[in-house]
Amino acid sequence: MTAVERIKEQLASNPVLLYMKGTPDFPQCGFSAQTVGALRACKAKFAHINIFEDPEVREALKSYSNWPTFPQLYVNGELVGGCDIAVEMYQSGELKQLLAEVGAVA
Amino acid sequence: MNKPSRTEKIRSRLEVEFNPTALEIEDESHHHAGHAGAAGGMGHFRVRIVSNDFKGLSAVSRHRRVYAALAELLKTDVHALTIDARAPGDLSG
Repeated sequence: MTAVERIKEQLASNPVLLYMKGTPDFPQCGFSAQTVGALRACKAKFAHINIFEDPEVREALKSYSNWPTFPQLYVNGELVGGCDIAVEMYQSGELKQLLAEVGAVA
Repeated sequence: MNKPSRTEKIRSRLEVEFNPTALEIEDESHHHAGHAGAAGGMGHFRVRIVSNDFKGLSAVSRHRRVYAALAELLKTDVHALTIDARAPGDLSG
């Protein structure tokens, strides 16, 4: 599978997906850590991809999503945003609402 | 000497692109010294920008516009950006 095919499959099979540096328990970047924190504060059920484990996906995702940095949070295959947007949506309550709409709140 | 700083390069790009009514750029690279992304000498910056160009755009679209304006610098000088982009009168970015 090409990197773009992998991305499409990952997005199709995970309603809430975070492309991040490291893992939720061991994030390797402060922005990824903050985004995980916002999701966990919402009691979100989410999948993650550690982009350090797939450099091809890391590069392909930047052009696929027209977004040059990580983390990238997707809900139902749509880019929600990076850390700034996710944290702001958490603070305003929009993130929890969006996650609840897709049944991703524990 | 007198080479434009990275902050000045970001500022001039954003001024040309968005004609902002308010613009603040902070170099936060020192917060991240020692972190893998800082190793190549590329910086972390915080940008707060208010421009009429952002009126009616979603947060994702506003951030994409800022990233696009700084695309060249993202390859050479900028490792990470914290963005707060809004239109005049918007309460949240």
